[in-house]
Order: sequence, then C-alpha cells, then structure tokens
Amino acid sequence: MTDAYIFDAVRSPRGRGKKDGSLHEVTALSLSAQMLNAIRDRNDLDTAQVEDVIWGCVTPVGEQGGEIARSAVLYAGWDERVPGLHINRFCASGLEAVNLAANQVRAGAGALYVAGGVEMMGRVPMGSDGFAIGVDPYLAMKTYFVPQGISADIIATEYGFSRDDVDTYAVESQRRAAAAWEEGRFARSIVPVRDVNGIEILARDEYMRPGTDMQSLGGLKPSFKDMGENMPGFDAVAILKYPHLEHIEHVHHAGNSSGIVDGAAAVLVGSREAGERVGLKPRARIRATAKIGTDPTIMLTGPVPATEKILRESGMEIGDIDLFEVNEAFSAVVLRFMQAFDVDHGRLNVNGGAIAMGHPLGATGAMILGTLLDEMERADKATGLATLCVASGMGSATIIERV
Amino acid sequence: MSEIFRLSVDDGIATITWDLPGASMNVLNEQGIRELDAHVDSAITDPSVKGVIITSAKPDFAGGMDLNVLAKMKAEAAATGGDPAARIFGFVMQLHGVLRKIERAGADPKTNKGGKPFVWACPGTSMGIGTEIGLACHRRIAADAPRAKIGLPEILVGLFPGAGGTTRLVRMLGLMGASEFLLQGKTPAPKRAKAGGLIDDVVEPQDLMKAARAWLRDATESEAVKPWDRKGFKIPGGAPYTVEGFQMFLGAAAMTHGKTQGVYLAARAMLSAVYEGALVPFDTAIRIEARWFTHVLMNPSSEAMIRSLFLSKQALEKGAARPADLPDMKVQRLGVLGAGMMGAGIAHVAAEAGIDVVLIDRDQASADKGRDGVAAILDAAVKQKRIDEARRDEILDRILPTPDYSKLAKCDLVVEAVFEDPGLKAKVTKMAENVLGPDAIFATNTSTLPISDLARASARPEHYIGLHFFSPVHKMNLVEIIKGRETGPEAIAKALDFVRQIRKTPIVVNDARFFYANRCILPYVNEGVRMVAEGVEPALIENAARQMGMPVGPLQLSDEVSLELGLKIAQATKAALGEAYPKSPADEVLRAMVEDKGRLGRKNGKGFYAYDERGKRIGLWPGLAELWPHAAARPALEEVQNRLMMAQALEAVRALEDGVLTDIREGDVGAILGWGFAPWSGGPFGWLDMLGAAHAVGICERLAARHGPRFAPPKTLRKMAEAGGRFYPSPSGRRAA
Repeated sequence: MTDAYIFDAVRSPRGRGKKDGSLHEVTALSLSAQMLNAIRDRNDLDTAQVEDVIWGCVTPVGEQGGEIARSAVLYAGWDERVPGLHINRFCASGLEAVNLAANQVRAGAGALYVAGGVEMMGRVPMGSDGFAIGVDPYLAMKTYFVPQGISADIIATEYGFSRDDVDTYAVESQRRAAAAWEEGRFARSIVPVRDVNGIEILARDEYMRPGTDMQSLGGLKPSFKDMGENMPGFDAVAILKYPHLEHIEHVHHAGNSSGIVDGAAAVLVGSREAGERVGLKPRARIRATAKIGTDPTIMLTGPVPATEKILRESGMEIGDIDLFEVNEAFSAVVLRFMQAFDVDHGRLNVNGGAIAMGHPLGATGAMILGTLLDEMERADKATGLATLCVASGMGSATIIERV
Repeated sequence: MSEIFRLSVDDGIATITWDLPGASMNVLNEQGIRELDAHVDSAITDPSVKGVIITSAKPDFAGGMDLNVLAKMKAEAAATGGDPAARIFGFVMQLHGVLRKIERAGADPKTNKGGKPFVWACPGTSMGIGTEIGLACHRRIAADAPRAKIGLPEILVGLFPGAGGTTRLVRMLGLMGASEFLLQGKTPAPKRAKAGGLIDDVVEPQDLMKAARAWLRDATESEAVKPWDRKGFKIPGGAPYTVEGFQMFLGAAAMTHGKTQGVYLAARAMLSAVYEGALVPFDTAIRIEARWFTHVLMNPSSEAMIRSLFLSKQALEKGAARPADLPDMKVQRLGVLGAGMMGAGIAHVAAEAGIDVVLIDRDQASADKGRDGVAAILDAAVKQKRIDEARRDEILDRILPTPDYSKLAKCDLVVEAVFEDPGLKAKVTKMAENVLGPDAIFATNTSTLPISDLARASARPEHYIGLHFFSPVHKMNLVEIIKGRETGPEAIAKALDFVRQIRKTPIVVNDARFFYANRCILPYVNEGVRMVAEGVEPALIENAARQMGMPVGPLQLSDEVSLELGLKIAQATKAALGEAYPKSPADEVLRAMVEDKGRLGRKNGKGFYAYDERGKRIGLWPGLAELWPHAAARPALEEVQNRLMMAQALEAVRALEDGVLTDIREGDVGAILGWGFAPWSGGPFGWLDMLGAAHAVGICERLAARHGPRFAPPKTLRKMAEAGGRFYPSPSGRRAA
C-alpha cells in the first residue's frame, strides 16, 4: 500500500459570519479559489497533476450549491481536467475530504489531491438546505432528534460538566487563541483574503474576543434553555432517550460554543512519488483515518468512539499521541473527550479552537489538521490526532505523524 | 332496503339528508357511503340543480364512523386470506373518492369552471367523519344548538382523521391552527368552532336551512373551488421547507414526541401524513393520508384503544352489567352524607345532571362549606366561559346543604362519603335508614373498607352497595360499583342508572380487599418505592412509567395520595394478613420518609418530590440519593418498565381469577379511566394480549427469578401461554383459551 502524505496546508482567516463580517462581501467561490490558488502558487504546482479537488461544504445551496468543488476548480482557473468533488459530512467535511483523498492515494487511485472545504455561514445560513432528520416526524421521532445545543447540554448533564466547567474551558480557548496569534503560530498557514485587485480584505481571525473572562461569560443566558424547557420542549425528547436524567442542565451559550464564521481551507495530499515528481517534500504522513456513527440524540460524542476506533485499527494507544485537536463545537464536547481518555488540556487544542476563532462548518476539519501540523512542527512533536463531532451522530478522526 | 341518505330537489337546490334508520345518531357505514356517493352523483349531473345542501334529519349531524365496520373489515379480509391492510386502504380511498367528488363539485379540473357549490348544514353535534364530510363542502354552517359540539376527536381513541380531515384542515388553517383539533382532539361548541376556523358560520337553529339556501343562492362558481385546487396555493403558516414552516414542523415533531412520550402511534402517523402531504399536491396528499391511516388501523394499539375507549366503554355505559329485568330506576332525589371533598364532588356531578341533592354534614357550617366548594369550581368554569351564570345558579340551587337527616326522607338514593371510620359509617347509615323509604338504596363511597362488613350496620343489606368515586369527582369519569355479599339486583340497577345519569362510566366488581382499582394501583406504587430502596435512580423510575404511558410515575402518585396513607395501608394490611403479609423494602422507605424525615407527601409539601412554598412540584427530593444511594449498575429501561407494568397487570389478572372482576372489559376500561393505565394499550388485559401470553409469561418468570414471587405468572396466563390463547378474541377470530 502506498503511503499518503501532506505537502502543504493553508487556511483563510475566519470572518464573523454576520452582515458586518469582513468576508461577507466575498463569495464562496472566490474564497475557495483563493485557497486553491494559494496551494498552487506556494508549491509552484502544475494543476494538471492534480487528480481531483475534494471540497467539503455543509450547506450546498445557492452560491454553495451546484457541486461547488467543480465550480471552484473552474473559478480558480485550474486545468479543466481536474474534476472536483463536493462532499458533506457536516462539521467534519474538511477532515473527511482529506481522509478521502489520503485513502484514494493509499489505494493507488490517483496520486495527488487537494482536499479542504468552505463555508460562508454569514451568506448561506445553516439549515437552509433543509434538514429532514429534524423535520420529518417519522425520522425525528425515531432518532429522538434534538438540536445540537440541546445535545451539548445533554453531554454536560450526563457527564457532569457544570456551567463553571464549560465557561472555564471557553475562557482558556480565548486566551490560547490570542496568545497563538500574538506569537505568530498561525503564520505558516494563513492566507489573507483579497479582492479582485489584490487589495487585502482580511488577514486575521476576527471572531476572537481576547480578554474574555468568567465574569463576562457569566452574564450570558443559556441559549437552549427556552427551546428545551418551553417551546417546543426538546428536553422532554432528550429525556425519552436518557430516562435516568430528571432534567437537562442548560449550560451552553454563544460564549462557550463554536462561533458562526466564514472561512475556507485546503490541504495538498499525495504519495511520496507524486511529491517527488513535482518537487515537493512531505511534511507529515497520514497514518490512519476513521469515521463512525453514534447515538444521534446526544449526537456530539463521536470523537470518543472515533478515536477509540482509529487507535484500535492502527494498533496505537492514547499515550502514543503527542498532540490533539478536538473541534470545539461546544465546550462539553472537548471536556468529554478529555474525560474519556484522561488527556491533559496541555496536549489538546494548545492554540485555542472554534470557541475563540469560529467554526466554518465545511472547512474546519481541514483547518484544525493544518493547525495540528503547524504546532507539531513548532513544538517538535511526532504524532497528532485531529477529530470532530458530527451532526446526526457521527465522528471523524485522522492521525498524522511527521516524517 | 331502507334509505340512509335521502335526496330531494326543490327550486334548483338539492338537499341530501342523512337519517340512519333505527338510530338516534347517524354513524357512517358502507351502505351509507354508497348512498351518499349516488346522491352526490345525481345532484352534480342533474342540470336543474344549482347547489347542494348536506344535512341531517336528526338533532345532530353525526357521531362519526361506525367503528365496528373497520373491525369487521379487517376480520373478513383475514378470514378470506386477503390482506387486511389492502382492504382498509381500498375502503379509505373509496371514501376519499366520494368526499373529493363533493369538493370538486363537477368542476372542469383544468378550468375550475362549472362546479356546483355544496353547503354543510350541521344541526347539532358532529364528530369525526361527520365533520370530515363538512370539511369537503364549500361552506360550513352550524346551528347554535345547546350542547352541540363539532370536532375530530379521533386522536383520543388512537386514530386520526383519515377521510381527508387531516389534509384539509391543515390546508385550511395551517399546522398550528389545525393542531388543537387534530392533535388535541378538541370538540368545541359551534361558536368556538367558528372562532377556531373549523366552520364558517353559526346561526340560530331555526334559521339553519334558510341560511344554507341563502348562501347557495348567492354563491358564485368560484366559491365551489377550494383554495388548494387553485394555482399557486400555499399552506398557511408555510410548508416544511420554507423559512416559516421549517421551525413549525421541527417544533411540532418534538412537541408531539414529548407530550405523547412517544407511545401514541396515531399522533406520530398523523404528523407524518401532514408533513409528507404538505410536500405534494392535494390528491397525492390524501393518498398519503390514507396510507398512514391504514398503518394506524393495522396497529394493535389502535385496535385495543378503539375496543376499550370506544366499544367497551360504550357497552358499559349502556349497562352491560345491569340486571335486565328491572325497570328504569333513575335517581329523583339524592342524599349525600358528608360534605367533604368527595361528598361535595358527588353532590356537584348529580346536581349538574339535574338531580336534587340533600347534602348532609354534622352542622350547617360544614354542610355549607361543601356547597361553597362546588360554587368555587363552578365560578371558575364561569370565568373560563365554559358555562354561564344562569347554569351555575341552576346547579347550585339543586344542592340543599343541611345537618338535618329528616330532609333525606324523599331520597331514593343516599351516598355516604364520611371519613373511612367503620364506627362513624355505621352510625350515619343507621341515622339515614331511619328516615329513608323502604325502596331507597344506600351506597357507601369507601375506597378501602370491605362493603360486606360495612353492610352489617344496615337494616337491609340487600339495598346496600359500594359506589367508589375517584378524586376529583367532577373530572374522573369512572365509578367502581361494589357488590357486597348480600347486595341485591335493585341496588345494582339503581347504582348503574345513577352512574348513567351523571354521565360517568361504571364497572361492577365483587367485594374484596381494595376492590379492583386500588388493588392494582398499590402494587404499582409499591414497586416504584421498592426500586428506590434498591438504589434505582428515582428519575429513571418516574420516566420509565411515563414512557409506558402512565400519567404519573409511582413516586409522584405516592406523593399525591400521601406517603402517610401509604404507610397506614401497609400497616393495616400487615395487621390483617399477619404471617401471610409479603414483606417489602418499600415499607421501610415509607417509614423512613414519614417517621424520620417528616415527608408526608404533597399535603405537607415534602415527599419523594420537593415543592416550593406555593405547593408546586419542583423536582425529586435530592435527599433521596443520600438515603438510598444509587446502585452501581443501572437497570435497563425495559426492566423497570416491565416491573411497573406487570405489578399492575398481574394484579388485574388475579382480580379476575379471584372473581372480583367478572368481565375483562370492566378491568380494561376501569384501569384506563380509574388510574390512567397506559391508554395506548387498551388496558392491562389488552396489554397482555398485545405482548402475547407466552411472551408475557417469559417476562414474568425472569422478573420472578430476579425480584421475587410477586411476579410469578398467574395460572390463567400460564394456561393461555400453553394453549396459545388470549383474553380477547384475536382479530382473525381466534377465541380466548
């Protein structure tokens, strides 16, 4: 079997996913194309050598619809023989794109891929592509569907994370993200977003709130309490599935959940031979990938079984991993991961995460993989694991090691 | 062959009149559908007809579908080797065809031209299919008749409106607007029905036909076209994948799931019909509705609910257990002894039914207090506009509060509802009998004391009977009639006639400890309390019960009736049974709660639950976890549920074996109405049938091995398991073993 390697990884800065966000004027195609072309230009890449562009996007309607990967390839002016494949594994789409590329390389189906994703959450709102699992009564009831925020609150209730616990985690995420920017730890991957004239629009994550403390978070009302306890009463559904709970503790709010942002990211993946052919040196080997389905009600515990699976299948133990990136969809998701594996926070999300910087759904997986690789190189660590929880009860994971 | 629907044409207006021969209320059967279809055809094709009225010759429009037809249809299909589902689906589609013909009214489907307007003239009550016929018409006019109710109550018997009512109402009112009728099964008076959008107009009863004719005279061709048959129709409030509709459908699924605890298939299926139907044109939507409706009808739960909540309940109310040869013994004047909550409640429901009541207590003030309690309930009803002030006064005027026993002289029935003290009961029985006429019947509303023992205080035990009401009397619809050893047929007939007068449902049982209802409730509560002692999380106990469709969990129920009473019952039972008393860890839990912790239940604001200062339940008492720490292993939900359900169901079977129950229909109806036993199951016997005797015995044996002999399967059940029998005949006609 051929090994798959990462040659490069780039990401855009994340813009606030609102009308006043800096990237609100940028189209999903333009942002995608800028990432593709950063990969092309930084590596002096003949795009005809690329087998496919696999692009994650969670809300594929409107400007993000119509098979955005192919459109992005054409928009970027790449060789027309590069086809483009849009994929959707919700929040893990960006990572899943990399995994799909890596596994095709390993199987000998193509030698060089670009994988990544985009999400313009301020321009194409979440859920605007429809969502039958919550709306089709047959499936909603069969799966005890509740929105993700309620699921995150179930995790907190079931595994005993208090409001203080989740807020403390969020404060630390903000502190780490601010410090990482301060020290230029993202410099290698960040590609400033520009307009048609080359004028810079955004060069830095703008969602962050440095200086966030327990007091400022303490004033925020739990976001999912009303829909849980009153209308329409999702807690009752949650308790049908978790009948040993008397009630759900609503601890999550905008300050300890991932931010709604615009952004994109791309990773160049290929075999060692393909790299040599185009004159590239591999930065890391993609050692293993995994995906798994989990209970759709609590929905967001997927990183735990996904990690168990990937370790089992690659014959590794949790102690073999030096650094972790666990997507900060909600504080409780990460706290549960650390609790399940007894992993120290000092080895996990060391440069902050989506709570501080935002979670552009289709891109995040590729972003955190790049962040993990940058940090492994900076801190001289050998092995890293990236994992994300996924809507409807799934999880994805990737293990990389430096070469 | 007698006509069910009549057609007459007069001055360009055709009138189709429903008049089911030999019945006081119209119900729709297969012959009726054929006749209605033929008349609609004639009216549409008759060139002299400009418009059509559909009405009834009876005071009411219709009671609904003849549910026996559906059961028969299934049985016939099964017996002839056909597919019952296909048979029912075909029948429903045939019905759709008739109603759709009314709705399209002969209009050209392309141009929408040439249709004849149909108006529904509803003289009184209309339920189910009756209302669905109305919904197919282009205009709905109802007479403001007293006591008239209009609605689609199918959901309450485990069905949903399946003749287009669901699809039409959602297209008329949107999912939100339709939900009070479809999901809650509300059947409001005509004016409220109009306010809710179910009908268009309410007129004085004598003006009904005139109003219908007037509307037809002025109706234009375009009024014979429904909005959903025009181009560009949008469902009010939005279809599922629109900005407005998305949140609504998301919320509807969750709310229905939570409120029904997931045990009512009909609500789920109806929402699916609404959702899937909202994504397609009308004719496709009703076909989808028919498929989901068939799915519900084929489910054992709907069969069990129809049987218990409709067929059996009706049979019991009509006096299935009444001695047939006795004349009508309606109560003329009622005496009630004891003006406490139960006594006042009994006086209330009797006065409401037009019976004069003498309400006796030891002094005038106490008697007045009972009547004041009734007044308070009625005042609240006036405030909510459910009754007017005249009606309130009329009811109150029938209640005479007094300490004077001589006022009982003309009473033909006396119900005693004093404290559960045999001495006191004996005393008031004698005092009453001293003034009562020789034919009067004396009833005691005890819930725990053996009737035959109490009857010893009576000079005429053949006229002495038990009438066990449930609290609060004005809301609880079951009355348990208990025959003492010497109770005679007149007393039984009198009790049944009285229960029918006050529009409640009777069950007649024999005299044994705790009769029927309490006998089954106690093991349920005990099983829940016992699990607390075992370290099962209290939330799991309560949720497990609710998720089986119990209205309240065993711990909450224990709080409601008071832990103190539970402890007293346990102690009294122990005293009575001596060595035979089965020891239970539940007793120690109750003792510790009551004696050590002073937690008596809701009445002192402290029980298994904690309460705020206004008496509102705020959550399980956290101290429980300290007194009875959670066990390391959490039992499976199903295990907890099986224990809670079998505790009740096996007791019901034993009550049948002991002869306390003589009719399983009474056991099932009594369980649902008396203590809310999982209505979706049709009652304990229905539930055991649904499980299948062999499976039920398997569950019991496992439970007995793990938790004790109280779960050992009773003989009846074991025999059924061996012979492949059931309590009720199976749909395919197989009889009980």
